[in-house]
Amino acid sequence: MPDFCGIQLAHRVINASGTYDALAARRVFGDALLEDFPFAAFVSKTITPEPRAGNEPRRIWETPAGMLNSIGLPNKGLDGFLAEDLPLLAELPVPLIVSVMATSREQFARLVAAVAEREEVAAIELNVSCPNVHSGLIVGEQPAETEALATALRPLTEKPLIVKLTPNVADPAAVAVGAEQGGADAVSLINTLKGGALDPASGGPALAAGHGGLSGPAVRPVALHQLRAVSAAVSIPRIGMGGIASGADAAEFVAFGASLVAVGTESFRDPRAGSRVAAELEGNLPGGVEVPALLDLE
Amino acid sequence: MSAPYGRRLCEVAENRASGGYRIFSLDDREGPEPAAGQFYMLAAADGWAAEGGRPFLPRAISVAEAAPAGDGLRLEFLVDGVGPGTDRLCRLQPGEGVWLTGPLGNGFPAPREALPGAAGAILVGGGIGVAPLALLRRGLAERGVPLRVLLGFRDREHSGGLDLFCGSGGDLCPEVRLASEDGHAGHRGYVTDLLAAMLSGDDAASAVVYSCGPPAMLEAVRRLCAERGVASRLALESPMACGFGACFGCAVPKPGGGYLRLCVDGPVLAGEEVEEVAAAYA
Repeated sequence: MPDFCGIQLAHRVINASGTYDALAARRVFGDALLEDFPFAAFVSKTITPEPRAGNEPRRIWETPAGMLNSIGLPNKGLDGFLAEDLPLLAELPVPLIVSVMATSREQFARLVAAVAEREEVAAIELNVSCPNVHSGLIVGEQPAETEALATALRPLTEKPLIVKLTPNVADPAAVAVGAEQGGADAVSLINTLKGGALDPASGGPALAAGHGGLSGPAVRPVALHQLRAVSAAVSIPRIGMGGIASGADAAEFVAFGASLVAVGTESFRDPRAGSRVAAELEGNLPGGVEVPALLDLE
Repeated sequence: MSAPYGRRLCEVAENRASGGYRIFSLDDREGPEPAAGQFYMLAAADGWAAEGGRPFLPRAISVAEAAPAGDGLRLEFLVDGVGPGTDRLCRLQPGEGVWLTGPLGNGFPAPREALPGAAGAILVGGGIGVAPLALLRRGLAERGVPLRVLLGFRDREHSGGLDLFCGSGGDLCPEVRLASEDGHAGHRGYVTDLLAAMLSGDDAASAVVYSCGPPAMLEAVRRLCAERGVASRLALESPMACGFGACFGCAVPKPGGGYLRLCVDGPVLAGEEVEEVAAAYA
């Protein structure tokens, strides 16, 4: 049974933040969702201090082996999340990781303090890499900014702090080192890659925001390369993600140094993809794979 | 009723031409009977995310007919090949596998749920959007609800699905009126011309208008009904990656600000829940 920063998990597959609304899925599929929940831990959509409606449509665009999105972090804000969503998320049969994002260190501190004191919350993920919001780019692009943020937040809680890394930098390993030096317990990567597409019908950008984040199997080689570099640079655990659609894909991430893996876009195609990937990864399905030895990452 | 959890593999039973469109059917042994207006996420088991990497995401398709068959249901879908996903669905062969999730979303409410004291229903469909109205028409007709069905098409090539509106004798049901922009069938002009004429009648306010079709047509229906004080229920379409509330891609603006998720809050919305049916999110 995997241990992640002291949290016991049933297997190694979790969800990428923002790719699964467990409360909506429970309304659609009923309590069958809870009987075979697809993830070993559930990561919430990113919570911001104030409510956000999200971006104007069009928000998604299919690309070869992937998709672009520019959703804009719609959420109820901290108070709405704590009052309405957290009690329902606590009914999920797995530990809860809450993703938070703010535009200043003070607001980040407010979020972390408020979320960490709730016993339903097992860990906190810091979204410093959302490519749709300017502040995310600024912190997550800078090793020193990332270190300073982690340093400021570290004393607020003993619960694990996970820094979600952006891939849209020249040297993600340097940012991961900043997170580790600031006291983060783990890093997760990759977030979406900045991308764009032309809508042939309008002759303009396909997404209303002008650009979006690319996800799906198209990004997997980028994710693996960045994971390998990060794994070589830090000793804190890594959560690897980026286009994982099968146990064989997940096994590559394990070989490149991931303690856990996350499934994102594949859940859109298969609502139970998390369970399938986990079973394949642990060799429990006919399509199962051998879990490979960790590569020499030096 | 909830949808079965996860996607399931169904077999293609048939694929036939219907005017310029295709109708394919799937045998579903697990799912509950869908309500008219509900949809499924569909992806061919083979040739999806294959060469060229597209189609990649499953496609949201309204169900046009559902009938008991064998030990399950036979579901019919009306499709027009307008991109890599619908092109692939148009080419499905009997015996092939299709990944299916659903039924998803809400269906059309009964007339008296939409309007207490409703005396009848007017169904307005355009193009490929006639599909959910076929299942709706059959259900309402079986319950003896007074009905008018108005179907519009651009031209002969962009028309089809009429066989879903036929009685047992194979003739178009008597309550169906057609319009076509090129005049090849019925009234030359827009289907909303027929609706406008019908809504000027004295008893129009006691009817509920049900509609599905292209954004410009739906917006015209929404406005006509709002102006005349007629209750309307519109089945919208939106780009959608998942169909179960996960991706937040299918945002539709609400009149008071903010957004609905069409997959879990729709796809059927009351006219007053929609600010404007714009092509930008259709």
